[in-house]
Amino acid sequence: MATVEVTFSPLPAHVRTARLVATAVARRSGVDEALLDEVRLAVGEACSRAVEAHRRHCPAEPVKIEMSDQGERFVVVVSDHAPTSTPSPASPSPAGANGRDAGRLIRGADDAGMPSGFGLAVISGLADDVRVSSTSSGVSVRMSWPSAVATA
Amino acid sequence: MDLKLGHYNKDGIEVVDVEGEIDVYTAPRLRELLIDLVNKNNYQLVVNMEKVEFLDSTGLGVLVGGLKRVRAHDGSLDLVCTQERILKIFRITGLTKVFGIHNTVDEAIAAKKSEK
Repeated sequence: MATVEVTFSPLPAHVRTARLVATAVARRSGVDEALLDEVRLAVGEACSRAVEAHRRHCPAEPVKIEMSDQGERFVVVVSDHAPTSTPSPASPSPAGANGRDAGRLIRGADDAGMPSGFGLAVISGLADDVRVSSTSSGVSVRMSWPSAVATA
Repeated sequence: MDLKLGHYNKDGIEVVDVEGEIDVYTAPRLRELLIDLVNKNNYQLVVNMEKVEFLDSTGLGVLVGGLKRVRAHDGSLDLVCTQERILKIFRITGLTKVFGIHNTVDEAIAAKKSEK
């Protein structure tokens, strides 16, 4: 059962609100302070991706974010309802510290931003548990972090 | 907080001060400023990110876009950043190999001068 569920219109201005809510709920769930920046950034990336997909395909539909405390994990699921927003298989893998993909990323970037899938690559680099599910009705990004209940 | 932008010229190098959050909502303003500076023939840029509180992939895209623009004119775009939480996203994406990243604006300017 979701601890907190938020739906918002697919507007870039609301992504910041989603980040703030997710960070607050993560803190409340006992996620270590050192991980909160990662939660904030990863949730922001997932919401930005969903907002972009909705703006292209279904601007009237809201984006949904569910946050829950599941045992020793804080789980966030960001779902969109854009039918053709399947992440590109050509998405860059997490570049890692060696920067081997950096040149490709730069060549692929244009004034509209980084190549499709870049945000998901960033999420993969931030959360140790990420699952992306694509269905005909949209894409769902599930991320989780340890909640520090045991150290309380 | 919202995004605050400012810029000034020092020793022939345009320094862009960025303060606040660079995300999908605010990044277009930074993009417009960088494009405007390049259109006004400023090809040696330093972006001071010491007061940036948040940076996501949209912001990275804007910085990379700016870098491509100045490189097209044989220029360069360096960054000033010492904040670990901001540097982390550059490391994750491998972009630490692409941008010159310095501790202070003076250090960035000195590095650019030595390249000339």
